[in-house]
Amino acid sequence: MASKAKNPREAIENLAKDVVKDIEKGKQPQFDVPIRSLSNVEFNKKSGTLELGNKTAERQFFNVAHAKKFLQTIEVARVAHQLLNIGKHASLRDVYYMVKRTIPNTKTDVVDEQTESDKAIEDLELLSEFSREQLHINANKMGSVAGKVIIEDAGDTIDWSRLGSGGWSVPSNVENIKFKKVDADYLIYMEKAAVWERLHEDKFWAKHNCIIMSSQGQTTRGIRRLLQRLSEEHKLPIYVLADFDPWGFYIYSVLKFGSINLAHMSETMTLTNARFLGITADDIEKYGLQKNFIKFKDVDTVRLKQLSEYEWFKNDKEWQRQFKMMKGFGAKAEIQALSARGITFITDKYLPEKIKNKEYLD
Amino acid sequence: MSQTKLGEKTDRVIAHELAKKQREVSVAEFFERNRHLLGFDNKRKALLTVVKEAVDNSLDACEEARIMPEIQVEIVDMGNDRFRVIVEDNGPGIVKEQVPKIFAKLLYGSKFHSMKQARGQQGIGISAAVLYAQLTTGRPARIRTRISPRHDPHMMEVRIDTTKNEPEIVKDEKIDWKKEHGVRIELDIEASFQKGDQGVDAYMKQTAIVNPHATFIYTNPKAEQSVYPRAAEHLPKEATAIKPHPYGVELGILLKMVKQTEKRTLQAFLTEEFSRVGSGTAKEICDNAGLATNTKPVDMEHAHVEKLMEGIKKTKIMSPPTDCIVPIGEELLEKGLRKEVPAEFYASITRKPDVYRGIPFVIEAAIAYGGNQPADQSVRLLRFANRVPLLYQLSACAATKAVIQTDWRRYGLSQPSGALPVGPLTIAIHLASVWPPFTSEAKEAIASYPEIMKEMKLALQEVGRVLGAYVNKKKRVANQQERINIFENYIPEVAGALSEITHDKKELIVASMRKMLEKNKEFILRNKATVQEVDAEGPALGKSYDDVDDEPKEEDDGK
Repeated sequence: MASKAKNPREAIENLAKDVVKDIEKGKQPQFDVPIRSLSNVEFNKKSGTLELGNKTAERQFFNVAHAKKFLQTIEVARVAHQLLNIGKHASLRDVYYMVKRTIPNTKTDVVDEQTESDKAIEDLELLSEFSREQLHINANKMGSVAGKVIIEDAGDTIDWSRLGSGGWSVPSNVENIKFKKVDADYLIYMEKAAVWERLHEDKFWAKHNCIIMSSQGQTTRGIRRLLQRLSEEHKLPIYVLADFDPWGFYIYSVLKFGSINLAHMSETMTLTNARFLGITADDIEKYGLQKNFIKFKDVDTVRLKQLSEYEWFKNDKEWQRQFKMMKGFGAKAEIQALSARGITFITDKYLPEKIKNKEYLD
Repeated sequence: MSQTKLGEKTDRVIAHELAKKQREVSVAEFFERNRHLLGFDNKRKALLTVVKEAVDNSLDACEEARIMPEIQVEIVDMGNDRFRVIVEDNGPGIVKEQVPKIFAKLLYGSKFHSMKQARGQQGIGISAAVLYAQLTTGRPARIRTRISPRHDPHMMEVRIDTTKNEPEIVKDEKIDWKKEHGVRIELDIEASFQKGDQGVDAYMKQTAIVNPHATFIYTNPKAEQSVYPRAAEHLPKEATAIKPHPYGVELGILLKMVKQTEKRTLQAFLTEEFSRVGSGTAKEICDNAGLATNTKPVDMEHAHVEKLMEGIKKTKIMSPPTDCIVPIGEELLEKGLRKEVPAEFYASITRKPDVYRGIPFVIEAAIAYGGNQPADQSVRLLRFANRVPLLYQLSACAATKAVIQTDWRRYGLSQPSGALPVGPLTIAIHLASVWPPFTSEAKEAIASYPEIMKEMKLALQEVGRVLGAYVNKKKRVANQQERINIFENYIPEVAGALSEITHDKKELIVASMRKMLEKNKEFILRNKATVQEVDAEGPALGKSYDDVDDEPKEEDDGK
């Protein structure tokens, strides 16, 4: 639709101008939004990432089913434009409130729930070809990092090794961060904040010359982008430490191959050389973690089956072996299960051994 | 043989004696014991019953005399739960000598054995009202009557001798009365007056609906006067009496008929006292019953009559004639509803006659939809039998069941399962028959004979279909308007946002978009939302884990 613009502000302006032009010509105002669903996502074997296909859906104003979504899209565009104009950032929640109001003469609100404005923002990303962060809309920050790294952010110089027990909070927009010094051999990303705190307290990053990073649960965009930048700009190997369950595996899958919903951003977010450090099925046997198992529920079994059928896992013998063993156990285990062997077992023995012996999955 | 005969005769005599004695002691007692059957369960209902009986009588009398009815009803509150009910008609009047018997003797009436469509049936009604007045206030009934301008008007006060069930004349005098002919009855009763669906106000209104040929002037105890002018120019066709059909006769009635007949042979009895029985059919009945055609009815015993019943059942007999039924008619029923229930849409249907248990009947239905009727409540159901509103026993009535068993969702109304539909609708159902079947002697609910239910449902379906077409068209129009409204209301919003980004004039964008809307109205109205939804997710994906890039993962419960 809008031709590639120099900056996000121009992109939004072009988008709006095109709509106004159509209206003046008496042409149905509409957006063509790429469809974000499994049916329009392809796995590019060459790049090893998920990519968005060419299917688009029309979103027409003069169509009862589309009118509201059309309005929502144009509304978030207005908000983003305003944010860019005044040079301020807003959270997804802020945008929701900036858009939410009752349409005069009706009982309808422009948006009822935040998911609606979030979706409209994703559409705007696709239409403008700029990411949410570039449009000055941020998600909540939700991650910590520590290591021998010095960066510059918003005019401040920050040393990731001197930030006390909390570490540095990763913001949702990391595009403008400058790396001044990066002294690390590798990076461990873990799904659990509690595990990060363990490693940080034990000064694991100092002893082993690495960076430790975490978010709570699913990886945020900011973290993914930061990981990618460190991986590409500083050639750091990335190790992923997650629970031994289908969801933990999926966190790795998203980091490495991309997610369906953000397939349009694969280019700037995937870590094609990420490695899965643990917890693997072999770890379970080697360290006797069976006694700390949590039994599978039906959803776990279903999810495991889905995972094993993903195109990028389907022909991977090593991963299929993991899936098969997990299915055989019919149970899952958390990273913290390692604490059963001693509180510092993970930092003293588990991680150093695994990395030294190159016990990871690619 | 002769011995048994003798014995029977003796028995009969004793039974008669007993019956006399019983009657002598118990007219008042009989009333007390049966007041719920007669419609005097409570003070509120008593008021309605008294008005109803008097109005029924007046209407029947006028129609029989082919006079367009003009009936005045007045209820006066006399305090202490006492009311004076006054009903005055312009009917043929009653000859002075008949007045005591009609008003002051229970079970006296001409209609009891007649198979003719009429409001009252057992002749118990008005005399029961007189008895009720007498028992509750001690006051006699005051009757004025005049049979023609050439005759003097009379005023009589009558009461019932409760020990003998015989009328007593308290007063009888010539009076001045301007009325050329007619009857006026005044009864003082203990009662209570309430408004609402089961009150006299509702009864009068509904009576006006199904009697569009009559004018009613009604004054309630609050001195509020309502005039229901007639909507029809002519009287309904006169109902003709028919003889009973063999299929509709029960053993008890057959026994009575056998006893009372003057016919000498069974053959003559069958052909002359029943409809649709010719000599061939009569012979067949006798053959099937194993009785000789020349059997003397007087000689027939209980066992013989039972055999005769069997014979009737085995014989194929033509259905009774149905021309004896006088329905209100589609047009007049709708007119009646129209004048009393303001609405925006009406429909009505009169079905063809059908027969239940050898008794012919006709079902009529009418509907009034919309207007100020509440849209969020159950529909209002008006039930009628032979032009008489039925106000009690709603759930026991065949009409109610027929409405519930009809699928009104097909006709654009909502309907909870096993309940009346919900919507701004009034449904009127009328059963016209020479012998409408009721669930009890109180005549409050129509009995659910399969043939009657079937006809009611067919009638409802017919009006329902017409209603459905109207409701759906209305919905479509409303829907289309709503679509247009969506765009009209969204245009300024979209234009506002666009103008903020591009700095084009909002008014100009609005104007252009309005122009497009106007131009494309037709297209928009027709255009259904068929375009694929944008964010249909792949069903196999664990949604919460595919798109959550901001939300924390759910913790396992092991923690």
